[in-house]
Amino acid sequence: MTALFYAAAGIAVAATALAITSPQAVHALLYLVVSLLAVAAVFVSLGAPFAAAVQVIVYAGAIMVLFVFVVILLNPGRDDAARERRWQSGLAWLGPALLALVLGVEVLFALAAGPEPAAAAAAAVGPRETASTLLGPYLLGVEIASLLLLSGMLGTLHLGRRTGRGGPA
Amino acid sequence: MIPGGPPPASHALVLAALLFVLGLSALLARRNLLFMLLAIEIMLNAAGLAFVAAGAAHGQADGQVMFFFILTMAGVEVAVGLALVLRLSRALPELDADQAARLKD
Amino acid sequence: MIELAALMPAVPLLGAVLLGLAGRRMTSGAARAVGVGSAVLAALTACAAAAAFVLSPPPGGATTAVVASWWRAGDLAPAFGLRLDGLAVAMSVVVTVVGALIHLFAAEFMAGEERISRFFAWMNLFLASMLVLVLASDLVVLYLGWEGVGLCSYLLIGFWHRDAANARAARKAFLVTRIGDAAMALGLIVLFVHLGTLEIAPLLEKASAVWSPGAVPAVVAAALLLAGAAGKSAQFPLHTWLPDAMAGPTPVSALIHAATMVTAGVYLVARMAPLFLLAPPVMLAVAVAGALTLLLGAAAALAQNDIKRTLAYSTMSQVGLMFLALGVGAWAAAIAHLATHAVFKALLFLSAGAVTSSLEGHEHDLRRMGGLRGDLPLVFAAFTAGAAALAGLPLITSGFYSKEAILSGAWGAERAGAWWWAAAMLGATLTSLYAFRLVFLVFAGERRTPVARRPGAAMAVPLAVLGALALTVGLLEIPRWMGGRPLISELLSTALPAPPPHQDHPGRESLLALAAAAAALAGPAIAAILWGPGRRRERALGAPAGAGAHRWIDAAASGFGFDALYARALGRPGASLVAALRRDPVDEGIEGMARAVETIHRLLRRTQTGRLRWYAAGVAAGSALLLALVLL
Repeated sequence: MTALFYAAAGIAVAATALAITSPQAVHALLYLVVSLLAVAAVFVSLGAPFAAAVQVIVYAGAIMVLFVFVVILLNPGRDDAARERRWQSGLAWLGPALLALVLGVEVLFALAAGPEPAAAAAAAVGPRETASTLLGPYLLGVEIASLLLLSGMLGTLHLGRRTGRGGPA
Repeated sequence: MIPGGPPPASHALVLAALLFVLGLSALLARRNLLFMLLAIEIMLNAAGLAFVAAGAAHGQADGQVMFFFILTMAGVEVAVGLALVLRLSRALPELDADQAARLKD
Repeated sequence: MIELAALMPAVPLLGAVLLGLAGRRMTSGAARAVGVGSAVLAALTACAAAAAFVLSPPPGGATTAVVASWWRAGDLAPAFGLRLDGLAVAMSVVVTVVGALIHLFAAEFMAGEERISRFFAWMNLFLASMLVLVLASDLVVLYLGWEGVGLCSYLLIGFWHRDAANARAARKAFLVTRIGDAAMALGLIVLFVHLGTLEIAPLLEKASAVWSPGAVPAVVAAALLLAGAAGKSAQFPLHTWLPDAMAGPTPVSALIHAATMVTAGVYLVARMAPLFLLAPPVMLAVAVAGALTLLLGAAAALAQNDIKRTLAYSTMSQVGLMFLALGVGAWAAAIAHLATHAVFKALLFLSAGAVTSSLEGHEHDLRRMGGLRGDLPLVFAAFTAGAAALAGLPLITSGFYSKEAILSGAWGAERAGAWWWAAAMLGATLTSLYAFRLVFLVFAGERRTPVARRPGAAMAVPLAVLGALALTVGLLEIPRWMGGRPLISELLSTALPAPPPHQDHPGRESLLALAAAAAALAGPAIAAILWGPGRRRERALGAPAGAGAHRWIDAAASGFGFDALYARALGRPGASLVAALRRDPVDEGIEGMARAVETIHRLLRRTQTGRLRWYAAGVAAGSALLLALVLL
């Protein structure tokens, strides 16, 4: 399990790094899918198989498919890739990287200073346990989540509505 | 099952921090709205990973529960965000976030 | 008896309310009838009360009654209380009798006036306020009357307010007396803080018990009350408003600015006499202010060319004489002179009013008068009687007796008696001189302005009555050494402190009286030489003055430049202060806060660029900062 964790972690970091630097939207999406699948593997190694399954189905599956559809609709060409490259030239990454670095170092410090259990080995939590917690104490949260989904659907419908001037979708 | 004991949860947390930082730097560096949404996905996923890792460290299901909530939220966010991107793509064919500032006026 | 006292202010108040509410619907005759009728009724009531008081004096020389409670604030619960003692009786009789005669005079004098109901409403209100002032048993109620007469004074000076100068004169009178009123209010507060009551009789008892002579709070309170009295009575240095107050109708000048209101200060000092006795420095200040005003006013009166301004300065000067008497402790003499002065000064003013209203164009300028003796014999007789009383011609006039009492009191003062006496003598001589200057300028010589009309009965009756009174009131105050009975002093003896003990020395008294008589007789003699028939009268003071003297005459004519001095010393700094405060410095602070918020708002608005990545960077930097704070 430890080996799987480190291997998946390496893949996730590498794929993410490629995804965020790629000038081509489709390439970036594919790298991101890889990264998400790797994180699913990390979930497995941590003893959360149900979370891993959901990660694959919802994240790597549904959400990324949504992105792909949008990219198809926008249909970016060579010009767009060149522009992306141009936008990334020079010191564009310097400021964000520095700020992110500071925040990352701080988080690492916080983790190092954190309480003991964090350093302990991960304990497996099965789907049954997860389900009974989700639909037990967190039932209200589930209801709120359903409400959120509903409002998201309505919002998307509204934004995608064909306007009188002939909207895009 | 793959051999070897379970990894220390703290390492998973470090991984989550790394992914989050990568996502954040991408969010700040990229100007294309589509890539910024992608970066947000990365950051949300990193946060979910942190929850799952913490839940595993304590041997409790709450971490995974929070991950599901984050997942739901990410789905809604992507749906609305992409709808907005489609809508904006008419006014801003380049999807330049910096140019979107002129919508303020 | 006390019921009569309560009726006294109530009657004119009722008249004022009636005239104020229904005056517009009244005919001129009805308004005059109500105005005069209520004043006459008040006078009859006052006389009845006085008779009752004299015939059966109440035990202790005073009777008090609470008509109604007023308000309560902590320990201060002033009541509408009336106190009838010798002083109140004397004052109320003077106020109502003189007031009623002046009302009668005004009924004819103001006959053609459009707003006559308003005029009489205010006159009646004045009478009511003055009676409240005089009869009050509580200083708060007294202050109510005090402010009431000030208000009526303001309203009546500015009665012809369509002329801006009159409105200005009213405002000046109001503001200058207000300085004194504010000081008086402070004095009341000092008294209440230290003695816990403002009811006059207990307050005075307590003051004498608590404070030893010269105690600081007593001096402070007395000084503040003196400032109030000086403001109301036009005493130096708050005297500048009185000459301008002549802008009002002549009956107003006669009633308010000669006979009654301006003597309220004298009444106040006399009423609070025990308190003033506890403050020797203030007593000295009373005498000094009185002496200064006496001499300044007399000198200024000598140089005036306006008949009413002459009388105004004369009033100032005579009230100054009363203050001098108060300051040297001749309490009864001061009040006696107040009474006689009220009669003869009202007479002089009314006669002057009769003269000016008879002349064509309502001429006020002495230089254009003359030779009226034949045209207006009654006015001539009345005016001469008034002038003689003012001058204090011996034996036959009231002024002589009251003035002689003051001169003898001044001589008998504890300290520097001879000086006070000398000042009073000089004042008396000057007074006699300007009194007869008026007589000669107005009635002798050739006629300069034709007579347009003659006074009717409503004017003639008050002139005749007052003229008779001016000559005879003095008989009530014949000193003992002359074999008479000073009835007024006896009436006042229970209400006022005893004068400083001085040995009654008939020889010295008669010498002093002779000196006073000489001073009084010197006036007409000199005046006859300077302004008598056949003299050059182009210049007000006459030809004998040289160039250097003319400077002095001009200074005196302008009241010795106090108006200009005040304008420069107080008016201009005040104006610049107002200009500086126009943009309120306190507001600046508050507006500064608003401006600071606005500036911050503008700065913060800059951050709302609409640049998404900057927002994200801001959020990230903020979380980095917070995390750093948590970690450190």
